[in-house]
Amino acid sequence: MKVRVHVSLKPGVLDPQGRAIHHSLEGLGFAGVNDVRAGRLFELDVADSVTDEALDDMCRKLLANMVIENYRIEKVAA
Amino acid sequence: MAFRSAVITFPGSNCDRDMAVALEAISGTAPYRVWHGDADLPAGLDFIALPGGFSYGDYLRCGAIASRSPVMRAVIAAAEQGVPVLGVCNGFQVLTESGLLPGALLRNSGIRFVCRDAPLIVENTQSLFTGGYEAGQVIRIPVAHHDGNYYADADTLDRLEGEGRVAFRYAENVNGSARQIAGVLNAAGNVLGMMPHPERAIETAHGGTDGRALFESAIKGLVGA
Repeated sequence: MKVRVHVSLKPGVLDPQGRAIHHSLEGLGFAGVNDVRAGRLFELDVADSVTDEALDDMCRKLLANMVIENYRIEKVAA
Repeated sequence: MAFRSAVITFPGSNCDRDMAVALEAISGTAPYRVWHGDADLPAGLDFIALPGGFSYGDYLRCGAIASRSPVMRAVIAAAEQGVPVLGVCNGFQVLTESGLLPGALLRNSGIRFVCRDAPLIVENTQSLFTGGYEAGQVIRIPVAHHDGNYYADADTLDRLEGEGRVAFRYAENVNGSARQIAGVLNAAGNVLGMMPHPERAIETAHGGTDGRALFESAIKGLVGA
């Protein structure tokens, strides 16, 4: 089973990297970009026996830092 | 009785030797050097130091992988039993990632790596680590980090301030840290995490000795106890 885990900063947490990317996009002449938030994408290949609870646990214990980040689990059709 | 301390080395630690030199210079006894893969710490430790560096190449998040290493289970257990733990720079990041300290350390607000002496205000002089300073004293300690921007939600920040757990505050904006917090204590007061490097300010040849009092007060407090 292929699983994508999207990790993003919680709203309100300052994102200097997103801000720098935003600034750079403007520097390239792209107009109309209101905001940029940088995040992370993990692609996991896991056994079909891995439960949703285990995936949640993986996110909370390692893939995301729950103090500053949210995560979203997406199962990808093989 | 000899002072029994340990310095933990993770793959990518680079201030472990500086920390060991500081502990030996001030306590008179060389610390144990403990590798991240060790599941056990030496028995009867008085003090544990988590050094600066770039453990695991800062992969995932700074300190994230190190905080899940075998030795950290032993460090967390020791901290919960009251053994003093000092985490500096990457060591502070490891402490927040492990849950021993609240909050997180984000990329510096100015994006750039910051490497310079930083003026710090000593906010709490009642702790084991800060008893050698005077309230409100301004000291100069080197900082060298890319991810030292302390973050916690407003409730947590209020609680830290209310409980006197802000040990040090930057006297000027160094990295965008919430309320300019440079170092925080756990609720019991035996765990201190700070981004500045006190072990880099213990001899006049370092350009300053303002870090000495931190080690001196901790070691005196422990050996004298």
